Amino acid sequence: MAREALAGTRIRERRIMTGFKQADLARNLGISASYLNLIEHNRRRIGGKLLLDISAALGVDPSVLTEGAEAALIAALREAAAGQGMTAPEAERADEFAGRFPGWAEAMAAAHRRIGRLERTVETLSDRLAYDPNLAASVHEVLSTAASIRATASILAEDPDLSLEWRGRFHANLDTDSQRLADSSKALVGFLDTETGEAASGLSVQEEVEAFLAANNYRFDGLDADGANMADVLAAAPELTTDGARRVARTVLRRIAADQIALPDAALQDAVAEHQTDPIAIANACAVPVACAMRRLALLEAQDLGLVVADRSGSLTFRKAVSGFAIPRHGATCPLWPVFEAQARPGTALRTRVEMLGRGRAVFDCYAIADVVGPVSPNMAPLTEATMLIVPVASAEGATGAAPVPLGPSCRICPRSRCPGRREPSILSEGF
Amino acid sequence: MAKHVLLIEDETNIIEAIRFLLSREGWDVGAHSDGATAVQAVREARPDLLVLDYMLPGKSGMDILKELRADPDFSRMPILMLTARGQSRDRDEAERAGVSRFMTKPFSNTEVLTAVRDLVQLAR
Repeated sequence: MAREALAGTRIRERRIMTGFKQADLARNLGISASYLNLIEHNRRRIGGKLLLDISAALGVDPSVLTEGAEAALIAALREAAAGQGMTAPEAERADEFAGRFPGWAEAMAAAHRRIGRLERTVETLSDRLAYDPNLAASVHEVLSTAASIRATASILAEDPDLSLEWRGRFHANLDTDSQRLADSSKALVGFLDTETGEAASGLSVQEEVEAFLAANNYRFDGLDADGANMADVLAAAPELTTDGARRVARTVLRRIAADQIALPDAALQDAVAEHQTDPIAIANACAVPVACAMRRLALLEAQDLGLVVADRSGSLTFRKAVSGFAIPRHGATCPLWPVFEAQARPGTALRTRVEMLGRGRAVFDCYAIADVVGPVSPNMAPLTEATMLIVPVASAEGATGAAPVPLGPSCRICPRSRCPGRREPSILSEGF
Repeated sequence: MAKHVLLIEDETNIIEAIRFLLSREGWDVGAHSDGATAVQAVREARPDLLVLDYMLPGKSGMDILKELRADPDFSRMPILMLTARGQSRDRDEAERAGVSRFMTKPFSNTEVLTAVRDLVQLAR
């Protein structure tokens, strides 16, 4: 039924709400009760002066009677109907439902919206639970210790003839395991307490820090080199809701402040004018580490460049996204990213033209370098940190030179079926 | 001659408790704690039954299970997998890989003993 045809239904609902009897309203309007009845049952079109009179008598704007419920409400109801697999003819009656029962319709639409939000939250948390190695390790520790305690305690309780030697060993085991359980439980509770704070914002520690940096456009010009005013900046950041996020953000700010001193804005602008977005050339020209030049370039407001930093385990500790180069939030990334190749050759600056597979198949120049970050000890490989600057390549530039290296974001969402780095099937190409 | 069970587990106190339980039942119990060398340890020990933890240093219990099942010599060996991961997808993956029994931590001693007895009975 057309929406305009439902004005009669709305008149009836409004009349009943305001306590008018049909005969009384008809008398006020100067029409017969039977004619009003036909209008209210959508059997007569209504408009002009009679519509104005009815709306005045019912104390509403005429548009309330003619336009009915908001389009968004109707759209939400249709979406809810589609989600429930409702038949098309029934779903088409969303308009009528919203017109006749606006309160119920609004409640249903609100419930549908809430379900959508909750489902997204569940997906996010489920993703985090599945991939968070800290949580998995904590739970494993608690359950393994509980298993040990249970097995040992059962032996002690169920075997009265246990020798003194065994009894002593098992008592000692119980003592060490109970201490371990106490420690691991405390660690788990501490982790979950932090997660509670995260759940309130829906973000992980790293995501909170990224949101904080993005909210400031990655610009923190007033930072003191010694970090004296850093606490004020962090305390005033609404994006940072947990102590963990503030700690990580402080580390990031310290590095930003140090980079700004090593390569001040004026020198950076001059270098960019001469060398564009080539961090190796800029590092050489300005006598700064390549990674420093990469970070300074990536955080320039005028340049849309991406940056990732990875520790030696391959975990991404910093992410600044750039359009077309997908950086997964959870789980492992594509092993073919140059940032991982750099880890194998600390100190060597790499420049690799890559093509990020996906909808856009965008081309980028990736500059990557790994630096030693930990103390150096004899016969021990030092800790390294690899930095990769992601520079979009215009299509005209991409047409020349060697073919770009094909990359994906991560195996699960990468369409490249025959890839030497594939760890697991793709949900895109293999229908998982 | 006593039946031989090999326990691949990195928790020393769990090893001690299970070793005690099974030894009391007449089993000859060996133990190995490193996932990376576990398959080799199984090949050398050739146990009648393997108790295998899921999370191990060096190599996961799941990878060890798959490697053993791919070897004709161990394709039918009873394997009891112990895990702190109770998710159904882990259980499904283990069953697809050919685990004989899947048990989640914390378990009771009776459960372990019953599972071991059942698996040996079935293997005969």
